[in-house]
Amino acid sequence: MILKALEIEGVDQIFGFPGGAVLPLYNQLYDSPLKHLLVRHEQAAVHAADGYARVTGKPGVVFATSGPGATNLVTGIANAYMDSVPLVLITGQVASPFIGTDAFQEADITGITLPITKHNYLVKNVEELPSILSEAFFIASTGRRGPVLIDIPKDLFDHEAPFNYDQKCHIAGYNPTYSGHAGQINRAVKAIRDARRPVIFGGGGLIRAGADQVLRELAETARIPVILSLMGLGAFPGDNSLFLGMPGMHGSVTANYALTETDLIIAAGVRFDDRVTGKLENFAEKAKIIHIDIDPAEIGKNVIIDIPIVGDVRLVLEDLLCKLKPGNTEKWFKQIESWQEKYPMPAGSKGASSSLLPQFVIRELSRLSEPDTIVATDVGQHQMWTAQHFIIRAPKRFLTSGGLGTMGYGFPAAIGARLAAPEQRVLCITGDGSFQMNIQELATVVNNNLDLTIALINNGSLGMVRQWQEFFYEKRYSHTLLVGSPDFIKVAEAYGARALRASTEVEATQAIEEAFRIKGPVLIDFVVNPEENVYPMVAPNHPINQIITGGDF
Amino acid sequence: MKHVLAILVENKAGALTRISGLFSRRGFNIENIAVGETVTPGVARMTITVEGSDPVIEQVMKQLHKLINVLKVSNLSKEPSVMRELMLIKVRSETGSRSDIQQIVETFRGKVVDVSPDSMIIEVTGTEDKLEAIKMMLEHFGIKEIVRTGKVALLRGAKTTREA
Ligand SMILES: Cc1ncc(C[n+]2csc(CCOP(=O)(O)OP(=O)(O)O)c2C)c(N)n1
Repeated sequence: MILKALEIEGVDQIFGFPGGAVLPLYNQLYDSPLKHLLVRHEQAAVHAADGYARVTGKPGVVFATSGPGATNLVTGIANAYMDSVPLVLITGQVASPFIGTDAFQEADITGITLPITKHNYLVKNVEELPSILSEAFFIASTGRRGPVLIDIPKDLFDHEAPFNYDQKCHIAGYNPTYSGHAGQINRAVKAIRDARRPVIFGGGGLIRAGADQVLRELAETARIPVILSLMGLGAFPGDNSLFLGMPGMHGSVTANYALTETDLIIAAGVRFDDRVTGKLENFAEKAKIIHIDIDPAEIGKNVIIDIPIVGDVRLVLEDLLCKLKPGNTEKWFKQIESWQEKYPMPAGSKGASSSLLPQFVIRELSRLSEPDTIVATDVGQHQMWTAQHFIIRAPKRFLTSGGLGTMGYGFPAAIGARLAAPEQRVLCITGDGSFQMNIQELATVVNNNLDLTIALINNGSLGMVRQWQEFFYEKRYSHTLLVGSPDFIKVAEAYGARALRASTEVEATQAIEEAFRIKGPVLIDFVVNPEENVYPMVAPNHPINQIITGGDF
Repeated sequence: MKHVLAILVENKAGALTRISGLFSRRGFNIENIAVGETVTPGVARMTITVEGSDPVIEQVMKQLHKLINVLKVSNLSKEPSVMRELMLIKVRSETGSRSDIQQIVETFRGKVVDVSPDSMIIEVTGTEDKLEAIKMMLEHFGIKEIVRTGKVALLRGAKTTREA
């Protein structure tokens, strides 16, 4: 019954790991046409499904067993919830008569995931299963996307019941608003016409809504510069002259200055995270703010909004586009260009060190990748360098853990992307700390001969945390130097993957070229300068125009 | 300021946990809460009194609305409404004080619902102010126990807060 529902929903790939409570489900899977990827840790299954969902736009599907199988999903679910990724997770539960008795491998997973799912279900009888399944897919993939979990007691898997599956389900308490309020749209049009220094500030919502095309037309027609949050990268071409980069803590100086000086922010599918706004009182003090979002609760949550528009960002931007004329923003662009000239993205410390700079590695990876390459990152300095230096040209090509900042996300997400987009190159950019959080998935990629490149930015430390200790804790490097890491080449080879090492610029370029020629999993261990810091930086809870530029320009 | 929210919710497993969980997770303080059936089968009504500024309450209401089982959220403090709470008080009483207590109870239109040799139970219904007032009046006799239902409220006039 479950597998039949998945087929109707157009699912072709499942990610999971079996166990006692899902034995009946895996038994049905044995002769099903559905593909299932066996991971080596349930957390990786969720991240892989998440990567798959971000690339395809369809809900990612995960199977896991009760108790520890289910609790191993928690980090991945929280991650998907924060980044609004559609997932449907099916967990086995102990058999109905045992629920509530602390039975072997019982965990209250619906209770545990209550605050980190868009919705969840504990199935009580098999008759309600078809409607729950269709609701789950509907809820996960509409409105503001998110993970939905269905917990199914073991005895229900084999129960038979009439299978009436209705994909167009109606849920009384769930009616997302899609089209924007006409009056608000007119107010927004007027505000845009009156603005002299407008910016568009876009986020992940643009990608989920498929709003990249209309965004581009709007920016080019009205001559408005574009700033994208980390989650939004790719929604506007990274090499377009109207693009100012990412704002916030490690954003470009230009983006931060522009957000400070602007008189109108057109915010689309962003949620004004603290990493972006810095000190709230000083954020965009001179600006009116138009905020377009599908989730009404995001509007006015962190910053005060002048023109709220609840709706699908693509539809709302389309409405705006047909009412806009070219704006008079030439003076504003002059100002922006002067910032861009004065503050290019720093390429790393010059001089002292002869060793390889991580920024160089990212730029080379970007230069040598095809434009449609999908990049998945882990969390830390390498993530920020990727956001700064890797040119993302289109949506669904940059996968990163934005809201939760989950180390261990990148590698499994790349696996999901690999299965989602068989024609595109997939690159995982990771750190020596993050990679070790899901390093066991080397077995998964080797077993399935998945063609992807792992670029390990090896700085021998938990670099991002080390950087904060350097800046804010008098260089007291408490537990951030990763002494005793394994030889990653040997580890990769032991699993059966190819592996290369690079410690100089020449070696780096050669290694990337070689890795990109190899079919199958390859790891490149880039041994980089361990002291490199991410600049520019805005200290936490500071105004975003107070920037530590550090480094050399 | 105190706000009284009426929440219509599908009476499904976990629905109430979702609502109370949301309050604690987002740091909103519930002052009191009352739950019961409505005229529509399968729909329960929660009345929650919550303290907060207008923007905070707006955020509370939006977050509540996001819960799939929640059908409707309205702020009854923003409109003319009738608000009531029921309180039972067990108060120490002896032959000497019984008639004094009786008099206070009558003034507040309460009822004595149980009498024993050394205590009485009093039932009062009313606004928060009224319940606080009678409580204060009875304090010096010695209050042994109090139980309150939490506030319930309905809009005045023909208007309702039924599910759409
Ligand atoms: C699961 C998890 N634990 C801890 C952290 C805190 N944290 C943020 S960045 C970071 C360092 C990451 O190190 P590494 O992967 O080597 O990347 P680098 O910063 O060196 O590029 C840590 C520990 C986190 N984000 N996620």
